[in-house]
Amino acid sequence: MNVRIVETLVGFFVLLFFVAMFILAMKVSNLASFSGTGGYTVSAYFENVGGLKRRAPVAAGGVRVGQVTGISYNTDTYKALVTIKINEQFDKFPTDTSASIFTSGLLGEQYVGLSPGGLDDYLADGDEIDLTQSALVLEKLIGNFLTSK
Amino acid sequence: MSDPNSTLVKIRDLHFSRGSKAIFKGLSADVPRGKVTTILGPSGTGKTTLLKLIGGQEKPRSGRIEVDGEHVAGLSRKNLFSLRKKMGMLFQSGALLTDLTVFDNVAFPLREHTELPESLIHKLVLMRLHAVGLRGARDLMPAELSGGMARRAALARALVMDPMMILYDEPFTGQDPISMGVLLELISTVNKALGLTSLIVSHDLGEALSISDHVIVISAGVVVESGSPDQLHNSESAWVQQFLNGRPDGPVPFQLSAPNYAEDLASDEERLSV
Amino acid sequence: MFNAARSMGEWTLAVLETLGRASVFLAQTLLGMGAAVRRFSLVIKQVYASGVRTLSIVLVSGLFVGMVLALQGYNTLVQFGAEESLGVVVALTLVRELGPVVAGLLFAGRAGSALTAEIGLMKSTEQLSGLEMMAVDPFQRIFAPRLLAGFLALPMLAAMFTAVGVLGGHLVAVDLLSVDAGVFWSRMQGAVGFYTDVLSGLLKAVVFGFVVTWIAIFEGWDCVPTPEGVANATTRTVVKSSLAVLGLDFVMTAVMFTV
Repeated sequence: MNVRIVETLVGFFVLLFFVAMFILAMKVSNLASFSGTGGYTVSAYFENVGGLKRRAPVAAGGVRVGQVTGISYNTDTYKALVTIKINEQFDKFPTDTSASIFTSGLLGEQYVGLSPGGLDDYLADGDEIDLTQSALVLEKLIGNFLTSK
Repeated sequence: MSDPNSTLVKIRDLHFSRGSKAIFKGLSADVPRGKVTTILGPSGTGKTTLLKLIGGQEKPRSGRIEVDGEHVAGLSRKNLFSLRKKMGMLFQSGALLTDLTVFDNVAFPLREHTELPESLIHKLVLMRLHAVGLRGARDLMPAELSGGMARRAALARALVMDPMMILYDEPFTGQDPISMGVLLELISTVNKALGLTSLIVSHDLGEALSISDHVIVISAGVVVESGSPDQLHNSESAWVQQFLNGRPDGPVPFQLSAPNYAEDLASDEERLSV
Repeated sequence: MFNAARSMGEWTLAVLETLGRASVFLAQTLLGMGAAVRRFSLVIKQVYASGVRTLSIVLVSGLFVGMVLALQGYNTLVQFGAEESLGVVVALTLVRELGPVVAGLLFAGRAGSALTAEIGLMKSTEQLSGLEMMAVDPFQRIFAPRLLAGFLALPMLAAMFTAVGVLGGHLVAVDLLSVDAGVFWSRMQGAVGFYTDVLSGLLKAVVFGFVVTWIAIFEGWDCVPTPEGVANATTRTVVKSSLAVLGLDFVMTAVMFTV
């Protein structure tokens, strides 16, 4: 076959590969919204994180604004430390913003919900969110319900 | 090339075996420079293997093969390749590259080994194709060629690097009389016109003898006779006479060695009667 | 009993011998890689032969696999009211496993068998010997460009397979089963990591491409140069490279995705 036709078809092949990689990077995975350096990191202590996992979404008013980048346990405070990365365009969360762990649907995955406060100072990189509400643990709820009766 | 009677390929006490089967048992022969030499022998005596040994594709178990004074089996890969550039080989099937046209096949060695401009390659290729009468077939694919034409195209390819020697592997097998005549004519004119050394392995007696200056007959791993075609006809070896005249029985028996015929038949009856 | 042990031993020796020959063959091919890179047009031709010509079967299969995943996943997830996670199920299955593995199997069947047949034919028609005698190294001229092309082509095919599969899953989930498109994508993005999942999946495909092409060109080079020998070598290529893909996939999954 003609060399130029072969080269054109291989070029088309490579182009398709780039299109596929674009779809995989931008639509399928979260490279688009959370790529590397953009955004700032804040931390929050929770009594109980339930089934929260790394890379779980962080939402405010139901809109995705960031993701969980790390979960660890602090043996000084005996609380779970959750680090959150928030996208740089959402840089106006007041310092008295509260963080809660919610479950989407009855058995769905857990996510961190942010509800903004009213102060004029804004959260910046390295800040800590003080107001937190832990995950609802189903067994605990049922237990409370049974003993209160 | 100083001495026209010198030896180009010198084979001394060559031993080679494939698996447990010994193919050469101390074969020694000389191929004179500038002549057409034919190696004759029955099928299965390792004639093609001998060409591969000369080309360095196989290594002998012991013994020496010298081509143009160089010990083939002892060469580094680089030196072996530069020796091979001076040898052309014509395979039985032609061995043309199936994905290239005839023109590109003939141009292939030039494009691989030289930096010649395309216009010069074009001229050189057309000259070689013209010499073998295939200038009109330059755009055909190898699959579109007849067996004889494929061999002629392969000859053009073998000639394109101006080798000092061409090895022909069974060039006459399965050819109709006309292509046979064409090939015979080509081999002998090419040899004379370009001052080449030609080494043919074949079992086609008459054709090979008609253009050869020197003949080497091998059988059972050793040379049984060598000399000019005339000397060969007067050979006293019963084996050579059987081979030359194509007699069905002689030193090479018609029957493969087997148990006694009568006993063989009888034993079969015994088995059936049980 | 003794015979069984002996044939077992012979079989083991034969396997070891083949592995040794294949390794020497690979080393010689890798030595020829420099020459192949310098003449990249040869590699491009092989990317065409093994990549472009496998493209249509990969795209069609990817579409159907993605659609089936969505249908089956939906039936299971809907029982738990978790059909919003359908995107996650489809994407993670494709990205981590089915993309590289199925593309690898298709590549072995389509491109690998063709490579073995091509090289086996070159051997049986003395083209390989012919190249040697023309002082052209078949490792540089024939094998290295093919190995490099396979190594490049399969990851590209796997990426396309995965992307088309996700689109096929989207087609079924959103257009047929009325899963919300926004939830489908956002859940997927939340669960699929570009480095941890997408690139790990492609790394698998790189390894598969290398191994399948190695097996294919080795079997062609090593075949008995008769029509029957070439046919047997082609069959061996498909069997061995499919097994290699599945076996390596297990090993790599165990290394990559178990935390």
